[in-house]
Amino acid sequence: MNRLRLWLLAVGGTGLAALLVAACLDLPRFGGRSHPYGDRAVHASLRRHIANTIASVNFDQRAYDTLGEMSILFAAVLGCVVLLRQTRDEHRAPPEPAEVARPVRRYALLVLPVALVTGLYVIAHGQLSPGGGFQGGVVAATALHLLYLGADYGALERVRPLGVYETTDALAVSSYVVLGLAGLLAGTAFLANTLLPYGTFNTLSSGGTVPLLNAAVGMEVAGAATVLLAHFLDQAVEIEDATEEEPGK
Amino acid sequence: MADAVIVVTLLLTAACATAAVTQRDPARQALVLSVLGVVLAALFTVLQAPDVGLSQLAVGSALTPLLIMLSVRKTRRRGRSKEDRE
Repeated sequence: MNRLRLWLLAVGGTGLAALLVAACLDLPRFGGRSHPYGDRAVHASLRRHIANTIASVNFDQRAYDTLGEMSILFAAVLGCVVLLRQTRDEHRAPPEPAEVARPVRRYALLVLPVALVTGLYVIAHGQLSPGGGFQGGVVAATALHLLYLGADYGALERVRPLGVYETTDALAVSSYVVLGLAGLLAGTAFLANTLLPYGTFNTLSSGGTVPLLNAAVGMEVAGAATVLLAHFLDQAVEIEDATEEEPGK
Repeated sequence: MADAVIVVTLLLTAACATAAVTQRDPARQALVLSVLGVVLAALFTVLQAPDVGLSQLAVGSALTPLLIMLSVRKTRRRGRSKEDRE
């Protein structure tokens, strides 16, 4: 029986390897000059006055895919929140205020505002320069957690009302869907970028609905990452089993 | 010149990834993973994909290692309290 299984695995593995090698041999050469998809994407992006073609692909040409990715992130964070909730046999012990070395504290408090502004900048300039809602959202959310490094968990909890972030997360996902439905009501198609004027190329307000969808994703990702980290931090720092003796060590 | 940069970043990526696999302590693995995230972000940027590079930098070198470290801390704490009871 075991032998049969190994044989089956070997045959399947060899077949897969052969197919992969055959596919790789047929790929276009590394660094080639012909990019049929790229040319078409750039053309479509320029027609709608979007400077960053990636943003055009994400929020205009393939906005529907981004809705899927957004829902996956939302569902994943929801699952984590349910899994990491405080159960009946666990209790919360507020951690002791922690001693932080002075250089660490100074560095964290110095970098925090810079990182936060960088994150917001990356979100706001999604349709102009590399980056966008997802990247900026993660940067902004992790920037907030420098407060945990620079001060302690109590300080972070005071500037991070979790309910607000959970609501933001849900509202952002709904606003993306609402923006999509607005296209439908305007008589075109779901998530079609025909609702707003395309504006002047390479300015903050260019690209029709792209900056709005980008901002919705930025809010969603920032909220989701903060909620996710909050529940992990709660489990690591505050929540204890009934059997645990030492608080917050 | 550009090819040389690509080769160097590819080799660095391979070295970091191997180091992450050979390292057995999860906490140290998280740190190596963070370095791997930075190197991968550099590789993506060199290959002219700065958007993906930024995602990799934010998620791979900050968020994932942080989540791993927090999980390690939680499991270690639970393990320690069990030892104390026995």
